[in-house]
Amino acid sequence: MQPFCTFTGVLNDIISTMFNRKFMEELFKPQELYSKKALRTVYDRLAHASIMRLNQASMDKLYDLMTMAFKYQVLLCPRPKDVLLVTFNHLDAIKGFIRDSPTILHQVDETFQQLTEIYGGLSAGEFQLIRQTLLIFFQDLHIRVSIFLKDKVQNSNGRFVLPVSGPLPWGTKVPGLIRTFNNKGEEVRKVEFKHGGSYVAAPKEGSFELYGDRVLKLGTNMYSVNRPVETHMSGASENLAAQTQESIAPNPLAKEELNLLARLIGGMEIKKPSGPEPGFRLNLFTTDEEEEQAALTRPEELFYEVINIQATQDQQTNEELARIMGEFEILDQPRRSASKGDDLLAMMDEL
Amino acid sequence: MFRRERSIPLRGSAAALCNNLSVLQLPGRNLTHFGVVHGPSAQLLSAAPEGVPLAQRQLQAKEGAGVSPPLITQVHWCVLPFRVLLVLTSHRGIQMYESDGSVMVYWHALDAGDASLVQAVFARGIASSGHFICVGMWSGRVLVFDIPAKGPNIVLSEELAGHQTPVTDIATEPAQGQDCVADMVTADDSGLLCVWQSGPEFKLLTRIPGFGVPCPSVQLWQGTIAAGYGNGQVRLYEASTGTLHVQIDAHARAICALDLAPELLSAAEDTFVHIWKLSRSPEGGYIEVEHCHGECVPDTQVCGARFCDPAGSSFAVTGYDLAEILRFSSM
Repeated sequence: MQPFCTFTGVLNDIISTMFNRKFMEELFKPQELYSKKALRTVYDRLAHASIMRLNQASMDKLYDLMTMAFKYQVLLCPRPKDVLLVTFNHLDAIKGFIRDSPTILHQVDETFQQLTEIYGGLSAGEFQLIRQTLLIFFQDLHIRVSIFLKDKVQNSNGRFVLPVSGPLPWGTKVPGLIRTFNNKGEEVRKVEFKHGGSYVAAPKEGSFELYGDRVLKLGTNMYSVNRPVETHMSGASENLAAQTQESIAPNPLAKEELNLLARLIGGMEIKKPSGPEPGFRLNLFTTDEEEEQAALTRPEELFYEVINIQATQDQQTNEELARIMGEFEILDQPRRSASKGDDLLAMMDEL
Repeated sequence: MFRRERSIPLRGSAAALCNNLSVLQLPGRNLTHFGVVHGPSAQLLSAAPEGVPLAQRQLQAKEGAGVSPPLITQVHWCVLPFRVLLVLTSHRGIQMYESDGSVMVYWHALDAGDASLVQAVFARGIASSGHFICVGMWSGRVLVFDIPAKGPNIVLSEELAGHQTPVTDIATEPAQGQDCVADMVTADDSGLLCVWQSGPEFKLLTRIPGFGVPCPSVQLWQGTIAAGYGNGQVRLYEASTGTLHVQIDAHARAICALDLAPELLSAAEDTFVHIWKLSRSPEGGYIEVEHCHGECVPDTQVCGARFCDPAGSSFAVTGYDLAEILRFSSM
C-alpha cells in the first residue's frame, strides 16, 4: 500500500512544481534558446521536487532519454505547427497521471490555455523558425536509446530513421504530379512522375482544442507498455570540436544566465525526505553496481554541466540567490571539469 | 543518372536552416568554394574537382547582447561585376567579407526598432544584382547596398517595402531584354513573391500572392521564377506577368533549397533531391517540366543543395546534423 502512495505523491509533487504558475510565467516570457547547461540545471531541480532522489548516473541517463526522445519528436514533426500538437500530447499524458488531483489538473489546463493563446495563432513560418531553433539545441546529439533501436526508429549510428512512406503532413499533397497551365490559367497538361516514396494523404488534421484527437502519435507516452530504458554511450557524440565550443569559451554571460535560472528556480520548493514518508532513490540501471560503474565509465565529452549556485561576488545577485538558497538544500555534486574556461563560475564555486 | 562522389568533411554539422549551402564556382582556378552554416558559426571551404578539401575557415556571427551567441541564418557568395563578396546574415546583423572570408569589409547592425518583444529579429535572404547586394529582413524589408568596385566604402542605398512577413530568400539574374525587365524576386514566410526591376531605384513590378505556406526558396532564370513551398510544392511563374505555368507536387515535406541553371534542382526535408528539365513548348511558348532524376539521401533532412558547375552535371547537398557535404555527378 505505502509504495503506491509514495509513487503518486512523487508524480504529484513533480507535476505541480513543473506547472507552478510562477515557473510557467517565466517560461512563457519571450527569450532565447536556453544553453544546455541552463536546461540541465532546471531539469535537475525539477527532478528533485519530490522525495525521490537519483544518483548522478541515473540522472544523466534520464536526461539523455528525455533529450533524445524530444529530439526525435521535433525532428519527425511532419509540419512545423505539429510541435504544438506534440506539446499537447505531452499535456494529455500528464493529465492522465494526475486525474485524481483537481488542483494540479487545473494548473495543467491553465497552461494549456496559455499555450493556445500564445502559440495557437502563429503562422507556419513562425513555427518553422521555432522548430529550426529547437533543432539547433539538439544538433550533434546521437545517444542511442534501446527502445528506439529496438523499434527501428534509430540506427546503430545514433541517427533517427526518416521513413519515406506513411501519412503526409496536413496540407501536403501526395508527390508525383506535374500540372501545366496556359496563360488563361487553364490546365493544359497533367503528367505523373516517380517520386521514390510511398506516401498517403493525412486522414485529418490533429485537434488543437483542450480535448480532441491529436492524430499525431509523436509525444504520446513511449513507455505505456513496459519497455527497457537503456542508453548507449560509445560513439554517441560526434563533432565534439564544434559541440564543446559552447562550454570551452569563457562565458561573459554567465551572470545573465544565473539571473535567468534564479527566476526560473526561485519558486521551486525542494522536498527533503522527512517525517512518516520515507524518501526513495530511483535507479535507472538494473543494479546499484551497474549504476556506479556507469558513473565511472561515462565518456568525458558527455559530462553534463550543472551550475552550482553557491555564491557570487556580485552583491545584488548574491542577495537574490541567498534568498533562494534559503528555501532549498544545495545538493552535493562533484564539479565536472569538462570545460576549461568558465572563469566566473569557477570563482563562484571556490567561494 | 547520377552517381555519388566522394564527400567533403565538415568541421561542424549543418544547421536546420533553408538554403544552407552556397557554392562559388571558380573554373579558371579549378576550385570550388562551399559555405555552410553550423549555428553560431559558418564554415567556408575550398575543394579541388575530385572533392579533395584544400582549405577551410570558420566565421563567427558578430557578438551582441544576449544569453547565447547569435545564430547565423545564411551564408552566400555574391558575384558582382568587379569583385566577389561573401555575405553572412545573423540574428544581429549583416557581415560582408572578401570572398575568401579573410577580411570583414562591412558590418551592418540590425535595428530592432519596431519589433515587438515576441518577434525574432534577423536578416535572411541574400543576392547580388549588378553592383548592388540585397539582403532581406525579419520585418519584410529588403536592404539594398551599393558596392564599390573595391574597398569597404559600402553604402545602404535603399530599403524596399514589399513584404509584411520575414523575407526568406532572394533571387536575381541579369535582365532578359525589353520584354522582361524583371531581374529580382523576393520571397517571404507567407509565400508572397515580389518581382522587381533593379536600378538606382528598384521598382516593384508585380506581386504573386502566397497560399498560406512559407516560400523558403526561390530562383530566377531566363524570365522564369521557380518557387519552393513549405507544403512540398514547386511552382513556376512567368516573371514579367506573374502567371502560374507549372505546379509540381514535388516533395512530401517542406522544400528547403532550389537551384536553377539550366535544370531545376529541388531539395526538401523528406530526404529527397529531384532534378527537373525545363523547356519552352514550341506551340504555346509556355514552360514545360519533365522529371529527370530523384535521389534519396537516407535518413537526412536536406537543408541545402546547389549545382557545382554551369551545365548542371554535378551537385552538392547538405543535411541537418550531417558533418559532410555530399556530392553527386552525372555519369
